[in-house]
Amino acid sequence: MIGTDLSIILPEIVLAVFAMLALVVAVYTRKDALAPVMVWATAGIFVALALWIAGGGNTTKVAFGGSFIDDGFARFAKVMILVSAAAILVMSQDFMAKRGFLRFEYPMLVALSVVGMMVMVSAGDLMSLYMGLELQSLALYVVASLRRDSVKSTEAGLKYFVLGALSSGLLLYGASLVYGYTGTTLFSGIIGAVEGEGVSVGLLFGLVFLMAGLAFKVSAVPFHMWTPDVYEGSPTPVTAFFATAPKVAAMALFARLMFDAFGTITEQWQQVIAFLSVLSMFLGAVAAIGQTNIKRLMAFSSIAHMGFALMGLAAGTALGVQAMLIYMAIYVTMNIGTFAFILSMSRDGQPVTDIASLNMYSKKEPGRALAMLVLLFSLAGVPPLVGFFGKLYVLRAAYDAGLAWLAVAGVVASVIGAFYYLRLVFFMYFGEERDDGLDAGGSPIQWAFLMVSAVIMVAGVVNLFGIEGIAEAAAATLLQ
Amino acid sequence: MYNLLSIVTFLPALAAVILAVFLRGDDEAAARNAKWCALAATAATFLVSLLILAQFDPSNTDFQMVETGEWLLGLQYKMGVDGISVLFVMLTTFIMPLVIAASWDVKTRVKEYMIAFLLLETLMLGVFMALDLVLFYLFFEAGLIPMFLIIGIWGGANRIYASFKFFLYTFLGSVLMLVAMVAMFADAGTTDIPTLLQHNFSAAGFSIAGVHVVGGLQTMLWLAFFASFAVKMPMWPVHTWLPDAHVQAPTAGSVVLASILLKMGGYGFLRFSLPMFPVASDLLAPLVFWMSAIAIVYTSLVAMVQEDMKKLIAYSSVAHMGYVTMGIFAANQQGIDGAIFQMISHGFISGALFLCVGVIYDRMHTREIDAYGGLVNRMPAYALIFMLFTMANVGLPGTSGFIGEFLTLMGIFQVNTWVAMVATTGVILSAAYALWLYRRVVMGDLIKESLRTITDMTTREKAIFAPLVVMTIWMGVYPAPILDRIGPSVAALVTDYETAVAAAPAVTHVATDASH
Repeated sequence: MIGTDLSIILPEIVLAVFAMLALVVAVYTRKDALAPVMVWATAGIFVALALWIAGGGNTTKVAFGGSFIDDGFARFAKVMILVSAAAILVMSQDFMAKRGFLRFEYPMLVALSVVGMMVMVSAGDLMSLYMGLELQSLALYVVASLRRDSVKSTEAGLKYFVLGALSSGLLLYGASLVYGYTGTTLFSGIIGAVEGEGVSVGLLFGLVFLMAGLAFKVSAVPFHMWTPDVYEGSPTPVTAFFATAPKVAAMALFARLMFDAFGTITEQWQQVIAFLSVLSMFLGAVAAIGQTNIKRLMAFSSIAHMGFALMGLAAGTALGVQAMLIYMAIYVTMNIGTFAFILSMSRDGQPVTDIASLNMYSKKEPGRALAMLVLLFSLAGVPPLVGFFGKLYVLRAAYDAGLAWLAVAGVVASVIGAFYYLRLVFFMYFGEERDDGLDAGGSPIQWAFLMVSAVIMVAGVVNLFGIEGIAEAAAATLLQ
Repeated sequence: MYNLLSIVTFLPALAAVILAVFLRGDDEAAARNAKWCALAATAATFLVSLLILAQFDPSNTDFQMVETGEWLLGLQYKMGVDGISVLFVMLTTFIMPLVIAASWDVKTRVKEYMIAFLLLETLMLGVFMALDLVLFYLFFEAGLIPMFLIIGIWGGANRIYASFKFFLYTFLGSVLMLVAMVAMFADAGTTDIPTLLQHNFSAAGFSIAGVHVVGGLQTMLWLAFFASFAVKMPMWPVHTWLPDAHVQAPTAGSVVLASILLKMGGYGFLRFSLPMFPVASDLLAPLVFWMSAIAIVYTSLVAMVQEDMKKLIAYSSVAHMGYVTMGIFAANQQGIDGAIFQMISHGFISGALFLCVGVIYDRMHTREIDAYGGLVNRMPAYALIFMLFTMANVGLPGTSGFIGEFLTLMGIFQVNTWVAMVATTGVILSAAYALWLYRRVVMGDLIKESLRTITDMTTREKAIFAPLVVMTIWMGVYPAPILDRIGPSVAALVTDYETAVAAAPAVTHVATDASH
């Protein structure tokens, strides 16, 4: 039934073929002159695929003997990945063109990594899991060092590659143990073996190694060390990309593996995830306080946010998965807006990332400053902004699952974390006026993303744009 | 009008949006338009809110004018008022036009200033009307954002420290309440406040990490709510953010803080702690009593040695809030009546006192007590008004301050004589610091060179004080209209509370039996 199988993974195939064709065309024609067109074309394809997947019905389909699953959960994650990747591509074009590194490889590498992510969230087998993960990672290693002439960018790429390879090793080792103790790499087979034969120590070791590998990808503490350096060193558009789509993919894969392969032994992994979650929340909150570079700050912020998303996963219930999906959707929206702003930060045409340069920005650009204010309070989780509802959902899921201590730890960490978001507000609004502030103005596309994201944070309070029900349905398909 | 409460709540926000979207430029004319727009909006809100008072039926102890709508996560948008909340709504809508009028001399970023205050009014009104836990939390917490900006942007020299301290202190208090709300949602399956008021939260003791918790879930929830409201109130020893915030905030910010924001803590105790966790309240009331008594005596003594006028009044606020918490947890008719009355009256008096400081601060740009003296010689009208509110702050019979203090002391006397005795010394101490302040600022000869040219209050300033003077004296001479409106609801609250506490020993008894 190869025809049916192929029809199920058609979106992935379309995207992969597009990326390869475009690559060939660009190489043999005008090279970088084509780059702006390719950015728009890739973003267009992303959005078209997102619409296609979103409208693709609500049945669960399985291809290649169970190693590729197309269900509501996968579709939800794929739409998030595609839309956020499209947004990041479009808003980074202006930034890269100005600094002369808008190369045609960039949209293609992003497209290839997105193919990897789409395979990841649909994985139903340890092999397709690894394939997706590596396709994504290899593309990301290259984009991290996109600026070959910059020492920092190259260093970021190398660091990411070495540590990424280490985590892949851990993951593979775990996968081999799981295969050894269950005799299968299919998630459905693993869950059957666990039910039939119980949990052996070897299988537990395999599980923990798998989790360590995935924790690296979502940059959960204590596997987070690469995050600040890679975020800081990579060109800002790449950082923006790292902070959004790959995080969604890795988190969705995490949930997929935990529930599809080990869903019946929740009590075995719940504590581990709760532990990752609480460490991430606290380290993310505390370590960001001393940062002066906004990209490093956002790195720690994303670590803290991953901690919250993991809190939903730790609940181990449908409500928890729903909360995690909603949290990720909100997180991605906030980060797109925030990075649209960071991309527009420049002084004398040069990009700056020093937070002191925000001094009295509200005087120069009241509109942008206000949008950023909204996003920062939303990131801090202050009601009535949408960021608060993300936290409310995960807290509720964690409490319902008997993890009241985790919920308390989470809210305490969020108060510590509020400090550094407030510090950015302080620079923008309370500072003294100085000459060396940011330039006024900026690209209209970045402005639009910043504004739209801020408006969503305020208007979403009405009904979260109906995402609640969709996420609930998506979570239900994962847990059946 | 079915949507009356929502209209009142969101009218100021609507004006804020209009200002933000349509008002352009930052010249004189734009600033003037912003001020008039804000004043018109707050005045209109007050006028519309009079309809709430007119429609309100004091004899009905249920929630009135209730509006319901579906929301996320099984939550609901539900608004309503009862005898406990209606007067706080009126207090808010009454004070806000005066606050805007008192900010007429703001020079920097007038538009943003007015937007912040208008949004703040919406959020404060929402707190007093919300009938859904999460909706309440939303309004309660969101108020931090505009207040943070008001202190941080328009505040004094040390405003950064004060604004961060204000935000983080109160935020830490409230997030624990958020967890408690999640727990209540899980336990009762709803966030509807009227339903939760009828829900019996388990008071059976349990152990956490080997420590036995008497009162069980109720105690834990009570403590989480207490963490939030005690900070907001503020109660000793978590009051330290208040003097900083008050001193650094602009005059209008101080007035809002003292008149309305502090009342949210007391309102929270009355709406949540007392009726929802009666067993825990009964259990922990002595803690509250002694914290209140210490607050009254200690902060009064601290107030006496202050050199900054605003700081002195801020500490006196903490002392007066001590009477409120004491009265609430006395849990009898007089105590709670008195607590509500004291909060309303303190809203007028402390607001007026901060305005009094603002009047001379606008002229001399200092709040040092030593920089003044003999003001009566050049500012007779000011001296008169300041004296009236000083006396009201002391609790002189004939002013509203007396009624509140007397009723709360009467309430606590029936429960705990010792606490009542300690608290009563606060009356003497408050006379000491308030009169001494008045003597140093207003009385004596005008010997300071810098004060030779100081001018008396303008018509605008007198117009701001006039309604406050009327309310303070009227409430002091004839408090019945206020007490009649809160009485029936408080009576129902007290009855429910006593029934719940009377039933409680059986619960704890069964729990101890089960553990044997």
